[in-house]
Amino acid sequence: MLNIDWGHAGPTMLAGFLASLVEFIEALTVVLAVGATRGWKGALGGTALAMLLLLAIVLALGPALVRIPLDVVQLGVGTLLLLFGMRWLRKAILRSAGVIALHDEAKLYREEVAELSRFARATQGWDTVAVATSFKITMVEGIEVVFIIVAMGAAGGGLLLPAAIGATAALVLVIGLGLALHKPVSMIPENALKFAVGVLLSAFGTFWIGEGLGMEWPGEDWSLLILAAGFLAAASVAVSMCRQQKETMR
Amino acid sequence: MSWLKAIFSKLLGLFVDDVGFAVAILGWVILAGLGLPRLGLPGHLPGLVLFVGLLGILMQSTVRRSRK
Repeated sequence: MLNIDWGHAGPTMLAGFLASLVEFIEALTVVLAVGATRGWKGALGGTALAMLLLLAIVLALGPALVRIPLDVVQLGVGTLLLLFGMRWLRKAILRSAGVIALHDEAKLYREEVAELSRFARATQGWDTVAVATSFKITMVEGIEVVFIIVAMGAAGGGLLLPAAIGATAALVLVIGLGLALHKPVSMIPENALKFAVGVLLSAFGTFWIGEGLGMEWPGEDWSLLILAAGFLAAASVAVSMCRQQKETMR
Repeated sequence: MSWLKAIFSKLLGLFVDDVGFAVAILGWVILAGLGLPRLGLPGHLPGLVLFVGLLGILMQSTVRRSRK
């Protein structure tokens, strides 16, 4: 049985949900483009195949990591989460400040449709281009979700279930939006989501590295909120500084 | 096997976007792990030092990137 620390479960579920939402939206854009240009059989077949493989990875890695001593997992996984979270946060800061371009789902959809239309369609059986394209995008985006879920589940000491619930909720939401809209989900502020996920994962990573190194945190688990607030404040200041810097460069 | 290559590069890209930024984070974590216990800092101070260093790396890296 999983030993769930419910004090950590809420933030873990939230981080799992938000991070997965970003990745599933990116995958949905390409799967929709495949479905619209090559047919839904291949698009959904490739997606389902990748989802099964990703589920197998979660089921294999999650329980295996729980067997490793917690402080070792916290240090190792905490470092990876910190690298991952701070990379997202850095990119979100630069996008908010206008230093690099925002991610554009509608543009990505148009490019993908143009690319897929170049190949001839199979008249019978499975369309290999459709299956391969859907499989690849679902695996590529899904592997990030798997990492976040497994990492948060293992480092939190049995938090795999709350992290997986968050990711499943995001998957259900994105599938629902895809079915309802039949077009890329571009109304969700993706950079704001990435900003929030970057803040949360950076805070979790820092907390678990500290735990793994035997450091004391004030307020113990509550210090996660202080760490998240600190990352948020520093990131907000960084956005202003980058904007100013960009203005002076003009 | 192009999908396998794409997944591998995505896996690496999960953690490393700007090499200097990733090296600075790793270096600081290693330095904090090895150095802070030897300094014998009291109570919550080692955690605070680790955290403040990370904030500094984040701010320095973003501002430096915006100058390019």
